[in-house]
Amino acid sequence: MTKNWWKLLASVLVLFSIVGGLLFEVPHLPILHESIRNLYFHVPMWFTMIVLFTISLVYSIKYLSSGNENHDLVAVESVNSGIIFTVLGLVTGMLWAKYTWGAAWPDDPKLNSAAIASLMYLAYLVLRNSMDEEQKRARISAIYNIFAYPVMIVLLFVLPRMTDSLHPGNGGNPGFGAYDLDSQMRFVFYPAVLGWILVGVWILTLRYRIRKIENKLNAV
Amino acid sequence: MNLFEQVRFLIRKEIVLEWRSKYAINGILLYVVSTIFVCYLSFRKTDPITWNALFWIIMLFASVNAIAKSFIQESRGRQLYYYTLASAQAVILSKILYNVLIMLLLSVVAIGFYSLVFRNTIGDPLFYLLSVLLGSISFASVFTMISGIASKAHNGALMAILSFPVIIPLLIVLIKLSKNAMDGLDRSVSMNEIGVLAAINIIVITVSLLLFPYLWRD
Repeated sequence: MTKNWWKLLASVLVLFSIVGGLLFEVPHLPILHESIRNLYFHVPMWFTMIVLFTISLVYSIKYLSSGNENHDLVAVESVNSGIIFTVLGLVTGMLWAKYTWGAAWPDDPKLNSAAIASLMYLAYLVLRNSMDEEQKRARISAIYNIFAYPVMIVLLFVLPRMTDSLHPGNGGNPGFGAYDLDSQMRFVFYPAVLGWILVGVWILTLRYRIRKIENKLNAV
Repeated sequence: MNLFEQVRFLIRKEIVLEWRSKYAINGILLYVVSTIFVCYLSFRKTDPITWNALFWIIMLFASVNAIAKSFIQESRGRQLYYYTLASAQAVILSKILYNVLIMLLLSVVAIGFYSLVFRNTIGDPLFYLLSVLLGSISFASVFTMISGIASKAHNGALMAILSFPVIIPLLIVLIKLSKNAMDGLDRSVSMNEIGVLAAINIIVITVSLLLFPYLWRD
């Protein structure tokens, strides 16, 4: 139980963000109206994705220096769980965009960048499946993973800032934190971010353990 | 031999090998010229935005085809031989630099033929040429490492899948930069884009140098 306290914390925080996010008072802003509550769900998905892909990067580097098969498993499973959050982030974003910007897929650089970044990680999974020999597969996909990460950072954090974007914090727009995010919202937003990141890591550890058991069964 | 000399020797080897057969370079030049001709015959006339985008798409496919060969064309035995003679950094650096040379040649031929058949007014031709050259350098630096990865997987289709998502950020910046040149905007407007291109190239080449030693040992 002492080792699992963070899973409890994750559940409590996510539960709190769902209840608090739907019930608490939010600022009344034009265009956004009640849809501002989506902030508690849409933004944490991307935070979690970045955290998971970063974990994947770290374990890919670790694999290259150690050759430990388990490090490779962590790397691939964090990409797998990161992709879940990419899809969730895209879907929540599309719903939000439909009601505030008028279309589910507006011509927005951040949206397109996110879609391309997910293509990159899907390519990583295809690359893995194209090779049979385990050590070679692990090594080469680790190399691609490390190669792709800086490009993803450029895609998500540099390019959208250079052009006009509907997203806050890009293309000269002020960031959300500047004046929209009042203390009431921060009270729900930060726990939501932490909670979803912990849930993401939880999914990752579960998938990693399943893979380890499968490997053990296959070896027998 | 130090790194610089090794790189110089390897590049010379690549050029000599290529010069003997001239198969790859002629093939790729013919590829880009016939692609441009196919596009010309199917479009006939284009508006400036399509003209610019079409040129970069042609360049994208031509460069994928040109660079995909860089690791596949040599036998494993011969590659092993190079690896015993030169350091991993020298091998990847020489491949990148050689591909830059190929791409510079290819892009000059492409832009020449493209603007010959597709007539279009460019506001700042010199700056447009600069963006084309910058683009060819960027393509070479990104695709060389990816072709190394794809060649290990022995799968031809993989090259496109792996490289397209990685090249898209560069392509977006390049299209913007060349559009600025086409509209004849003041050159200081495009400094931001040139900075980003330079930064991405430096990152990609550094990461390639760091990662290639892990890729080559088989």
